[in-house]
Amino acid sequence: MKQHGIWLNNKDYLQVAMSSRPKHLNLYQIRLPLPGFVSILHRISGFGMFAFAWAILWLLQISLQSPESYEQARTFVHSWIGKLFLIGMSWAFLHHFFAGLRFLLLDTHVGVDLQGARRTSWVVLALSIVGTMMVGTSIW
Amino acid sequence: MVARIITGAHYGLKDWLVQRITALVMAVYVLLFAGTVLVCSPASFVEWQALFAPQWMRLASLLFFLSLFWHAWIGMRDILMDYIKPTALRLGLQVVVILLLVAYAAWAIQILWSN
Repeated sequence: MKQHGIWLNNKDYLQVAMSSRPKHLNLYQIRLPLPGFVSILHRISGFGMFAFAWAILWLLQISLQSPESYEQARTFVHSWIGKLFLIGMSWAFLHHFFAGLRFLLLDTHVGVDLQGARRTSWVVLALSIVGTMMVGTSIW
Repeated sequence: MVARIITGAHYGLKDWLVQRITALVMAVYVLLFAGTVLVCSPASFVEWQALFAPQWMRLASLLFFLSLFWHAWIGMRDILMDYIKPTALRLGLQVVVILLLVAYAAWAIQILWSN
């Protein structure tokens, strides 16, 4: 690259770039910006759904197999642990869904400025929490 | 800061695109499915099973599941690439994820066509 009128090789470029950038990585003082928070939750919710995909398939299977196994699925869904599972999966799905739509908007250059990115992050958090509460109140 | 080396294979672009296309397929299916459940509100085994009886519903559900598993592969691969540094362990876990997802796909077909 060209810097101050002279051509530098990669090593020199690296040194120039590194010396001119302030570094502040004290984990007790810095915090994740809001869009970063939404982003890591997108990853966590996706991993959570992958980890419990077997349970969803199992529920779908027994709910479709026979009237007896359908009742078994109903009993599970109405149990304490079943409701907790459904609420957890609902949050994971809703957050992943809305945060995913947000990423698609970013891909089309919508909301890429700092204010827009923060605003859409709040919208994603609000929609997923309100949606989870709606699911929670309807099944509890 | 990082000296970038341009490569020409476009591996990343393909996965990026697949992740988004499968996401859109799933979003359309989920919205249509949620709408159908809200309208029909199946309240018994017979009604619930009837929902999955038409061939187009089974095929649409299969497309949803295949999109889901392909999408999950890209996401899990990204997670493993980010956090699992030893190559042998990462490769092993990636193989486990692939085998699991292929088994899930077969399981989904069995569920959808067993009635």
